[in-house]
Amino acid sequence: MVDDSQEIIGDYQYGFHDPEHSTIRFDKGLTEQVVRDISELKNEPEWMTDIRVKAYRHFVERVMPDWGNCSLLNMIDFENVTYFLRSSDKTEKSWDDVPDDIKNTFDRLGIPEAEQKWLGGVTAQYESEAVYHSIREDLEEQGVIFLDMDSGLKQYPEIVKKYFGTVVPHSDNKFSALNTAVWSGGSFLYIPKGVSVEMPVQAYFRINAKNMGQFERTLIIADEGSTIHYVEGCTAPNYSTDSLHSAVVELIAMKGAKIRYSTVQNWSSNVYNLVTKRAVAYQDAVVEWVDGNIGSKLTMKYPSVLLKGEGAHAEVISVAYAGEGQHQDTGAKVHHLASNTTSNILSKSISKGGGRSSYRGLLQVTPKSSGCRSKVVCDALILDEDSRSDTYPTMEIGNSSSDLEHEASVSKVSSDQLFYLMTRGFSEEEAMGLIVNGFFEPFTRELPMEYAVELNKLLELEMEGSIG
Amino acid sequence: MGDMTEEILRVENLHVSVADVPILKGLNLVINRGEIHAIMGRNGSGKSTLANVIMGHPSYEITDGHVFYRGQALEDLEVHERARAGMFLSFQYPASIPGVQVGTFLKKSVSSVRENPPKGREFRKELTAAMSQLSMDKSFLSRYVNDGFSGGEKKRLEILQLLLLQPHLALLDETDSGLDIDALRIVAEGINQVAPNSASLIITHYQRLLDLVQPHFVHAMIDGNIVHSGGPELALELEERGYDWLDNAA
Repeated sequence: MVDDSQEIIGDYQYGFHDPEHSTIRFDKGLTEQVVRDISELKNEPEWMTDIRVKAYRHFVERVMPDWGNCSLLNMIDFENVTYFLRSSDKTEKSWDDVPDDIKNTFDRLGIPEAEQKWLGGVTAQYESEAVYHSIREDLEEQGVIFLDMDSGLKQYPEIVKKYFGTVVPHSDNKFSALNTAVWSGGSFLYIPKGVSVEMPVQAYFRINAKNMGQFERTLIIADEGSTIHYVEGCTAPNYSTDSLHSAVVELIAMKGAKIRYSTVQNWSSNVYNLVTKRAVAYQDAVVEWVDGNIGSKLTMKYPSVLLKGEGAHAEVISVAYAGEGQHQDTGAKVHHLASNTTSNILSKSISKGGGRSSYRGLLQVTPKSSGCRSKVVCDALILDEDSRSDTYPTMEIGNSSSDLEHEASVSKVSSDQLFYLMTRGFSEEEAMGLIVNGFFEPFTRELPMEYAVELNKLLELEMEGSIG
Repeated sequence: MGDMTEEILRVENLHVSVADVPILKGLNLVINRGEIHAIMGRNGSGKSTLANVIMGHPSYEITDGHVFYRGQALEDLEVHERARAGMFLSFQYPASIPGVQVGTFLKKSVSSVRENPPKGREFRKELTAAMSQLSMDKSFLSRYVNDGFSGGEKKRLEILQLLLLQPHLALLDETDSGLDIDALRIVAEGINQVAPNSASLIITHYQRLLDLVQPHFVHAMIDGNIVHSGGPELALELEERGYDWLDNAA
């Protein structure tokens, strides 16, 4: 097999790939038959097949978004994507049973090690499906259900049927339609009433094949008074051709529940990352999206929260790093649909080497939702003249009893900061790395320590060789 | 000072411009190890330029002359290389670095500058001792570098770095400005501790720091040059008489 990844792998340390091996691989391209074949292969109940087909038809009819980076979006060739690739016949419970080269990949990514040290459960998805899955026994005994989504549908069809697509309907946007039609893998997580899961659970998504489409689907239901921290990471090899990652994530936080969902997205720079993430928070529930976007070619992702119950709170903390050839189009949406709901949005972006970052935000307070409070802060740091940052905030405020703040800033690294740090022994690159890490600090301090350290290293690496 | 004088800094016929405007005009200065020199002068006389250009600030262009540090011409050394060679500049207005904790910053700085940097517990011990000497609370360490610091806090952090980095050459730019008398005393104590083993250049407007840090040499600077040098008594004279009586020498 010809290795064309090496020449463009650059500094991206996760850009290695394994030989592709598949037990089932669909031909490229998408038809209704492909959608039906995926469903049949998975032995799904008829109602799911129907949902898929309906979503597929909507996808075909739906036009591409006419906003955002249309020129990049329109370069996606849906006919040149592999929509389903099974690389292992089973989801294993022991790493020893995972095929060797796939296991090696996850070893290199440090997943089994992290699992032993600090995680409550792990799902590892490779191409279209989970190859490994496990949960700590004590969590299982407390009634926590943590499965890959395919197993979730098999084992708990009634729960899936009740909630699937209720937060993100297939008709929400073109890519949610695509995901609903061809979804495979992802996580299914249910936390029973009053159960507090102390250790984070993690999902790791890896694309290995060329021109791969990964369409995981995640559904998290936190029952009354429960808490959960879910962490996800993602990487892919560098290829000269593009891959497509289009996920849908639905969170449901019942009365008094708390869900924190943390992401460090570090796709290689040939991946389109078009993701719909949305949560519903009922009375006094808390939903926190901690969303880091470092990789990908184009990311479009705006984690959302529907505050449906009185006293509910939303927190969205996001960072985006846009380097050469990257466009991070990210942001947050919060809908205050009940009284006395509160939200905080903090968005930070860095653009460098011609990269582009956009903040797109929506804050909505309906007329009958009184006494709501919200604070939105957007900070952009631009590291050179070639790079770009834009802000598109939208506010729809339906009453006057709500208290809203919006702050935005755009800054550059000052020569005073660089000189100061250099007089303290830091090279210009190290100084830049320190400033950049400091800028992202309000985000990194929210991450589990292991992730924070990794992210800082990653950003320092991005600053290397960048100063002429 | 021992029997052997060790030259740390030699400035020879230094001409410096900023954006084509000449600021320093043929300045000469030699500082040996163990010596404390003070440069006094009006605003705009070029005092801070001298400190910045010795440290290698990119906005200043040397149009003529040389700066030697421990016998080596400095022209080709980048700013951080000068720092790693043992040169230190204490800033009048140090930049703030939001999101970077003082503790992390100090540890990284010490390990890149010092030849045999103290590690782990050894570093923490040294840090705690230096901080208590400067009456700095532990909570400093988790604050962001100079971010939201008062003038006095910034100066203390500068002197803390002076103590930890143990430079051969300490350039102290207006370290006394904005300090009350208690803080001034603490800062002076820090400078006095480092001075015997290094070469120090104190840039100041006022006599009051020099009451607490005894200079060996005082230089009066006017319009980009040192026009008059003397012992500690010159500082008192400048404070009393101002600079007008020296203007003819410029």
